[in-house]
Amino acid sequence: MIGLSGIPLPTSGEVAARVEALDLPFNRHGVDPYGVDKAELAKFFTMLGFFYQKYFDVRVHGIEHVPASGRGMLVGNHSGGYAVDAGMVIASAFFEMERPRLAQGMVEFFMSKMPFLSMFTSKVGQFTGLPEHCIRLLDDERLLLVFPEGARGTAKLYKDRDSLVGFGTGFVRLALQTRTPIIPFAFVGAGEAIPTVANLYKLGKLFGVPYIPVTPYLVALPLPVQFQVIFGEPIVLEGSESDTDDVIAGHVERVKSRIAKLLAQGRAVRQGKLRPQEIDYT
Amino acid sequence: MKVLITGIAGNIGRMVAAQLLEAGHEVIGIDRRPWYHPPEGIRVFQTDIRKRPAEDVFRTQKPDAMIHMATVTHLTHRSQDRYRINLGGTQSVFDHCHTHGVKKAIFVGRHTYYGAGPDSPLYHTEAEPPMAVHTFPELSDLVAADLYAGSALWRYPEVDTAVLRICYTLGPLRQGTLASFLRGPRVPTVLGFDPLFQFMHEQDAAAAICLALQSDLRGVYNVAGPPPVPLSVIVREAGLSSVPLPEPLYNFMLGRFGLPKLPKGAIEHIKYPVVIDASAYRSATGYEPKYTEDETIASFREASMSATGT
Repeated sequence: MIGLSGIPLPTSGEVAARVEALDLPFNRHGVDPYGVDKAELAKFFTMLGFFYQKYFDVRVHGIEHVPASGRGMLVGNHSGGYAVDAGMVIASAFFEMERPRLAQGMVEFFMSKMPFLSMFTSKVGQFTGLPEHCIRLLDDERLLLVFPEGARGTAKLYKDRDSLVGFGTGFVRLALQTRTPIIPFAFVGAGEAIPTVANLYKLGKLFGVPYIPVTPYLVALPLPVQFQVIFGEPIVLEGSESDTDDVIAGHVERVKSRIAKLLAQGRAVRQGKLRPQEIDYT
Repeated sequence: MKVLITGIAGNIGRMVAAQLLEAGHEVIGIDRRPWYHPPEGIRVFQTDIRKRPAEDVFRTQKPDAMIHMATVTHLTHRSQDRYRINLGGTQSVFDHCHTHGVKKAIFVGRHTYYGAGPDSPLYHTEAEPPMAVHTFPELSDLVAADLYAGSALWRYPEVDTAVLRICYTLGPLRQGTLASFLRGPRVPTVLGFDPLFQFMHEQDAAAAICLALQSDLRGVYNVAGPPPVPLSVIVREAGLSSVPLPEPLYNFMLGRFGLPKLPKGAIEHIKYPVVIDASAYRSATGYEPKYTEDETIASFREASMSATGT
């Protein structure tokens, strides 16, 4: 089916039915007030569904910690060359939850400039990462997906795949301002899917992207590996968004250490050293 | 109330005049352009807002309120005159309001003030700075007029000033920025982009201006009607077809093959949305649009069909 965007992608009927079940205010044309488009969502999740259900082996734990309704901020680690992890987390909120939810990621600015890509991302609810968008979506009781490591996270090389680099602090101030629970999550395996050995920054600049990841087999196509996704218990931060940087850094550290703890367990589960029922979500 | 409308002979100006007259107000107007047969009860003074006869209208008619709509908005009109009217004219009329005891002044501006670009958020609020001066420098005189009108709030605090930033209008008149773009039958769009467009029925826009006059508004307000719609949906619902062109080709074709010569910034407005948050205006006035987005497009479509005889 060729939809409004003109991007010819197939749509599965099962996925389309789940799109219907999303709690979004679509109008007669199947578009919500932000321009999120039902037909494009069906294409998007059909594509993600293939990778989620068939290509990769995705094991999700603790999906019950993602709020069934109301505002929420999924905050986790980033790795693996480009946002494969984001796609799989978005897919897990859509396929694993009893009533599917649309997790809305914050897209890197360079993508918003690209023809087709920017159109597609905005029609499937993945908006440019601006604080204004975060606040508005959360006030609208949406589910946000945030990677506080940003592009520094996806730029991790294979050897650093399960480490955490510096977290931005903006997400904590936004969570405090909008009184949003933070659901920490760990994603293990993206570094194995795209084993980056180098990032070409200068070449990337020519193409208008931050960098181009290079793998031992050159192109950064993902390998069909196993992923472990663990959603921890929500964190409700107490305080004010206008607290000093020191106080905010404390909150960031708390979230970061929760993610580190989940990450260590995810790695242990992936290596068969920990059984999924033994995961400590706190 | 005695209301003076500058730019009364324009399309929205005439509608505002008619609606105010119907609501029982006394309506007078100033315009350089003639309005040959205004409805009975509306008096039009054909003069330039920057000239002495215009001040004389303020002096002798003593209006209680002024609605300033005499700005040049066409992008194809690029003369010195445009800047003089938009900036000097706006200064003159606000000075006259102060000097001649006008109690209420409304500046009718546009939502393009916020500008379009890959880094601009959806749903702009009134506090945001005018990115249009960067993305679309050709609009900077309108942005400056908007800000200048807002400065009347502190310069002339005795005048209740309201600055309205209104989204695109559409309707049976088939006039205005969006209607010109949709003149059809084929609408050139930029390949790989499909922005949200926010528009309201022209009668609703006029009603919103009248409502601002009747409510005790002071300050800057975004004005919009129904939620925004993707450009592709507008084109389809208007019975037109879009011709997606790669951006370099689009740039090349502007000014050729019957397409208007538009500045580069205009293309940003066809690639990226300008969507405003009008909740402050709605809660201050209780405004509700009469026409939905579908009814608005349908009215435009019907008028276009009967005009072209198809």
